[in-house]
Amino acid sequence: MSENNIDRRKFLAAAAAGAGFVAIAPGIRLVEIAAAKPDNEPVTSKVRWGMLIDTTRCQSGCTECVSACGKENGLSEVKKPRTDAQWIRKIDLKELKTGRALSLPMMCQHCANPPCVDVCPTGASFKRADGIVLVDRHICIGCRYCMMACPYKARSFVHEPHTDQNPEVPRGQGCVEGCTLCVHRVDRGGTPACVEACAAAGHNAMLFGDLNDPGSAIAKRVREVKTTQVRADLKLDLGVRYEGI
Amino acid sequence: MRAIALAVLWGLTFAAAHAAEPGRTPLPAIAIEKPGQCVEAKDVMRRDHMKLLKHQRDKTLHEGIRTKKHSLNECIACHASQKTGTVLGKDGFCQSCHDYAAVKPDCWDCHQPKPGQKTAGARP
Repeated sequence: MSENNIDRRKFLAAAAAGAGFVAIAPGIRLVEIAAAKPDNEPVTSKVRWGMLIDTTRCQSGCTECVSACGKENGLSEVKKPRTDAQWIRKIDLKELKTGRALSLPMMCQHCANPPCVDVCPTGASFKRADGIVLVDRHICIGCRYCMMACPYKARSFVHEPHTDQNPEVPRGQGCVEGCTLCVHRVDRGGTPACVEACAAAGHNAMLFGDLNDPGSAIAKRVREVKTTQVRADLKLDLGVRYEGI
Repeated sequence: MRAIALAVLWGLTFAAAHAAEPGRTPLPAIAIEKPGQCVEAKDVMRRDHMKLLKHQRDKTLHEGIRTKKHSLNECIACHASQKTGTVLGKDGFCQSCHDYAAVKPDCWDCHQPKPGQKTAGARP
């Protein structure tokens, strides 16, 4: 370890103590220090972005995450519910025998082995090194094979021309699209809009973070409680996990 | 043979005379509203701006490199007309030249030609 690193550790420890944070043990911090990737560096497979959804906290009837997604990504509707793009949707489930009901958001599960990438004839559907599954619209020919391959109905085809895109989220007619985990925010050290909205609504049902970092809140949580991958039998190794289903 | 050569010569003279005549040759309206240095030299930008944009877009989308230098959004932020707020339209920075060159890039099928556009979003 270089001299600089020791200084940095000392500095951080002093800063944390000064701010009243507790250092439980060396290397374990109660408050994560957000480290955004520098703009000029490519993403690496050292990071695996994931999300944990606590269905016991998710409220039936609440659609904050869906609205936030629409606003952030400019998913303007054309009043055609059958074909309007949908990156995240709320699902209500009920076990008929017991009457136990729960509500959860469903979106792209950001598989490690994504079927949409397997079937894409042009290579437009791809997985980034950090596990985010995206569509390269410059290559997408709109064949919709990925929509058929996805077990989670996570992708939409854009049927109508659009002019009111968010500058950071280009989207238009003739391509397939889906949840990007708000990649434009994540690359700058932010969190997806749905997660932020869920926290703002006071539900805190969505937790976003790096599954590969043992110290991250999400990695700790999946280590401690039983979480489920939807359709785990498909062995897709999902980035999105659910708690309480 | 001599007649053809004469005809060609006459044609060239005629064309040259008219090219020099102002107003007869349509020229693109290139309005630089914000003076200053572009990210590359003028001749490089004129010839290779699409190459630079294509290179940057692949880096951004596939590798998450979000540097501002060759980013389309930064071009738009600087070059959008202060009157219309966009790089499109008859005298728009992008469109006037592309119309002149008779090329139709499909950037604007997906990309937002107005800087700072905020969307209302969908009903859940």
